Amino acid sequence: MTTALDDERRIRRIAFSQKLSHWDVKISPYLYISPFFILFTVTGLFPLLYTAYVSVHEWHLIGGEGDFVGLDNFSFVLQQPQFWIALRNTFSIFLLSMIPQVTFALVIAAVLNENLRAKTFWRMGVLLPYIVAPVAVTLIFSNMFGDQYGLVNNLLGQAGIAPVQWHSQELPSHVAIATMVNFRWTGYTALILLAGMQAIPRDLYEAASIDGASKPRQFFSITIPQLRPTLIFVIVTSTIGGLQIFDEPRLYDQYGQGGANSQWMTITIYLYNLGWGQLNFGRAAAVAWLLFLIIVLIGLVNLAITRTIAASNDITATPRKSKTVQPRRQKVTA
Amino acid sequence: MRTSRRTIAAIVAGAAAITLVATGCAPGGGEAADPNEKITLTLATFNDFGYTDELLAQYTESHPNVKIVQNKAATSNDARDNFFTKLGAGSGLADVEAIEVDWLAEMMQYSDKLTDLSGPEVDGRWVDWKSASATDPDGRLVGYGTDIGPEAVCYRGDLLKAAGLPSDPDGVAALLDGGWDKYYSVGQQYVDATGKPWFDSAGATYQGVINQVENAYEKNDGTVIATENPEVEEAFTSVLEASSTLSAHLGQWSDDWTAGLANGSFATMLCPGWMLGVISGNAPDISDWNVANVFPGGGGNWGGSYLTVPAQGKHTEAAKEFAAWLTAPEQQLQAFTNAGTFPSQVATYTDSTLLDATNEYFNNAPVGQILTDRSKAITVTPFKSVHYFPINDALQKALTRVDVDKSQSISESWTQFVADVKALG
Repeated sequence: MTTALDDERRIRRIAFSQKLSHWDVKISPYLYISPFFILFTVTGLFPLLYTAYVSVHEWHLIGGEGDFVGLDNFSFVLQQPQFWIALRNTFSIFLLSMIPQVTFALVIAAVLNENLRAKTFWRMGVLLPYIVAPVAVTLIFSNMFGDQYGLVNNLLGQAGIAPVQWHSQELPSHVAIATMVNFRWTGYTALILLAGMQAIPRDLYEAASIDGASKPRQFFSITIPQLRPTLIFVIVTSTIGGLQIFDEPRLYDQYGQGGANSQWMTITIYLYNLGWGQLNFGRAAAVAWLLFLIIVLIGLVNLAITRTIAASNDITATPRKSKTVQPRRQKVTA
Repeated sequence: MRTSRRTIAAIVAGAAAITLVATGCAPGGGEAADPNEKITLTLATFNDFGYTDELLAQYTESHPNVKIVQNKAATSNDARDNFFTKLGAGSGLADVEAIEVDWLAEMMQYSDKLTDLSGPEVDGRWVDWKSASATDPDGRLVGYGTDIGPEAVCYRGDLLKAAGLPSDPDGVAALLDGGWDKYYSVGQQYVDATGKPWFDSAGATYQGVINQVENAYEKNDGTVIATENPEVEEAFTSVLEASSTLSAHLGQWSDDWTAGLANGSFATMLCPGWMLGVISGNAPDISDWNVANVFPGGGGNWGGSYLTVPAQGKHTEAAKEFAAWLTAPEQQLQAFTNAGTFPSQVATYTDSTLLDATNEYFNNAPVGQILTDRSKAITVTPFKSVHYFPINDALQKALTRVDVDKSQSISESWTQFVADVKALG
């Protein structure tokens, strides 16, 4: 890094050096951030545009590029009931995984935020499922969720509950897959929320305690509103991940095509079936672009919501005054 | 802070949303084999072909300039994905690639991307239909046959005995001798006596039925007739009607199904040679599995593989020589001893190594003799072209909807199958 002082000195000495440092000031910032953009162009932008190019052509996995067909691939895909089933399944699994996941993560984070003994142990503990490879998680869970001889149905049977058709029926299969997602991600989400909670000034709670607010009241009136930015971040990232869910449904049965009646076929599985099952890259690329557009759309909706919340979110204004009243400062860590 | 996080998240989203598309490039040409040049040949197989290090070492002994590296994929599906992706990309395939008969027809469309393997030394090495399916319209042989899957019937001796039926191999063979109706009616006796299922799944049983139909899904000119062919609908309906009382309703290869192999949830199943290893592998503690020298409707073939030499390889001549050696009768017999893969090579059928082979797990059943007899009983070679795999896949799903999922009636499921086949076009 060149400081402003250095620059001035060089400028006085020689002209070329002056030029150099001029360039330095002008160009350096862009050079510093360029690795990300170069990498993004190669691994992100190029595939994105190339996929768009593929999607308007007849394109066979082996035969390669065929005739230009305009938007035929898109209209074919949109007319397939399979596409809409896949969209329904994706959103169903996504909602079934995100809502309980964020709820449980909030509770876990709130508990971890209390003064527990062996804090690090508990915090690391919730992260354990995240370390397990998703493939391993799926193999174990899909075995447990076996329709006839699975562990879950055995346990249900002992409790006198009729066996659930975890694979044959739509909703149970979505629940089973959402369970795998939740198993893996709840701890991770909890840690992010915990980080957000630690950044909430402690004096807010102290003031609330003095005012006689109960713990639950503090949770709903201080923690949740203060956590909004973190919550939105968690929701946006898990939306993006959730809509691209692939490993779990792919490995949920022996064929990996989302079930005989497409019970748990997600968009990405549909894309895979088109591209690698039917070897039709043109249509698969069209699905990839449709998925991209859906994610962009949801991203924009999220952005709008965030803006609205950010604009109306001045809840911090009043309680912050208490800082001066309460001089004791808490260490704020993430 | 909030804004930058969101921006990064959005950009990451954009990057991750898109699947990487492989670019096409021109395939590399092969060169003539130089006997002294030091080369490495890669061999890609799946499951277990029985190609042990000892077997491969025999080749490197006689060809000291060659080093062999074998890569094993877990399943044929993995191998198929890998094969087609790299065949399309024009690079990355092994020098010798194993392929399965299920996707042979799909691969035959691109036979120009594979080396012509025909030659006088391999003429007449295989049973006719085996080499015929790997020969393209221009007469180029692109795959050397390894094994075939002649089908017999596997059964649980203890379960048949408990139902008051014969339980010795000859008795069972006599009991089941006949067509599919016979198989189902004996099954009904068993179910009536025990209340337990007779066979594993409709899907597996249908596979046995349809492999006896010459033109199930397509005419020889490639016209798709799957949805209007009465033989297919008849096979579909009859298997499902029988399954309603006889099937254990287990989707083949599912976790429930592999559990069923060990816990006696069904008494019989159709058994190609390679299935013997699947059973003994998944139910190692059961001593009651046996195999009878019989198959409903005579004979049938299920599965089997080939070795190919992709033209994109650097050492196609050396690879061809190596593949020819591996698929020679002597080596295939060793592979059969190692992994139970039944040879497709004619010369082996009179060899005592094969004929005298027994399998300890299956109560010392003379599996060599049984499978040889079963392969001789095969009279029909199903026509399988490029549409076969996706159509059969859709039909298997239709069977699963009725037999395993029980989410649709037979006619509903057939209607959806017809729509699915249309959507393939």
